[in-house]
Amino acid sequence: MHELGIATAVLHEARQEAQRHPGARLRKIRLRLGELSGVNEEALRFGFEVLARESKLEPLQLEIENCPRRQRCRLCKLTFTVANYDLTCPGCGSAQTEFVSGDELEVASLEMEEYEPSAPGAQSS
Amino acid sequence: MSQVPLERKVLSENDRIAAALRGRFAAQGVLCLNLISSPGSGKTTLLERTLEALPAGARVAVLTGDIQTENDAARLRRFGFPVRQITTGGTCHLDARMIERALAEWPPEPFDLLFVENVGNLVCPASYDLGEAAKVVVLSVTEGEDKPLKYPAIFLKSQLLVLSKIDLLPYVPFDISAAENNARRIHPEIGVVRLSCLTGAGLNTWLEWIEERRRALQAARAELVT
Repeated sequence: MHELGIATAVLHEARQEAQRHPGARLRKIRLRLGELSGVNEEALRFGFEVLARESKLEPLQLEIENCPRRQRCRLCKLTFTVANYDLTCPGCGSAQTEFVSGDELEVASLEMEEYEPSAPGAQSS
Repeated sequence: MSQVPLERKVLSENDRIAAALRGRFAAQGVLCLNLISSPGSGKTTLLERTLEALPAGARVAVLTGDIQTENDAARLRRFGFPVRQITTGGTCHLDARMIERALAEWPPEPFDLLFVENVGNLVCPASYDLGEAAKVVVLSVTEGEDKPLKYPAIFLKSQLLVLSKIDLLPYVPFDISAAENNARRIHPEIGVVRLSCLTGAGLNTWLEWIEERRRALQAARAELVT
């Protein structure tokens, strides 16, 4: 169970970026999670909720895009999504395919809300 | 509401340190292998047999990770090579910073082969690059042959699968071909070595695999210099 560490790293990356936007408030983190990332979504969400609450970042949403494994055929160059561990090219039937993606563990984007100029805290940081 | 594209790897800080370690290993001609398995698959025993087989003057060092205790380091020190225990104090994997810290003032003598024995765990170590040249996943025949399908990340990221404890095959319902096929369903190019640390079967194939990697590293380095 390393998802708490992963959640900490997600928040760290997001807050670092948020600091470059003074006065803005972090509302949503969009994460890409590959099926081969070795990260369990449920445990990650749990860790994230705890950390967001502890660090007074609530309400903060975590949106997760699940990414399946994708392979590319070395012969016909077709890129396809893998189902049921079958790495064979659905286009030409070749077994000569290579890994493209599916191990994503990335912060894709953030959604931030701007403070009203008069709101307290707008001048801080 | 404003959108800020970030496109940043979550473990970018770990990856940065790992990349620095990898650069350093390449410059110094160090082959670093990251050994990963469930608890009890025989990583430490495999290292014992490996160290035992190396000549006394071999420039080898071992970092061994566990949540608690110095037991593994004590087992491995008997062979006279520098061994350092990393106790993570609860963390279920090693990360690049732990390796960087451990290597800061250690070992005393130069080395060109570094074994990193990760914390026994098939899940979390897959996410953390340690700057190694290759990950090696160890699976013992007393486990299930479907482990590669249950824990695909580590089998995808490992260059070699070591099937250990094959001396027990007559006593356990383990289909070793099925285990290999399952690993190849996840990672068609993965290398496979079947071995027993008890009988010594397959150990030479493992040692040759290491030697091949060392030669390839030296050749790549020689090319860089010229």
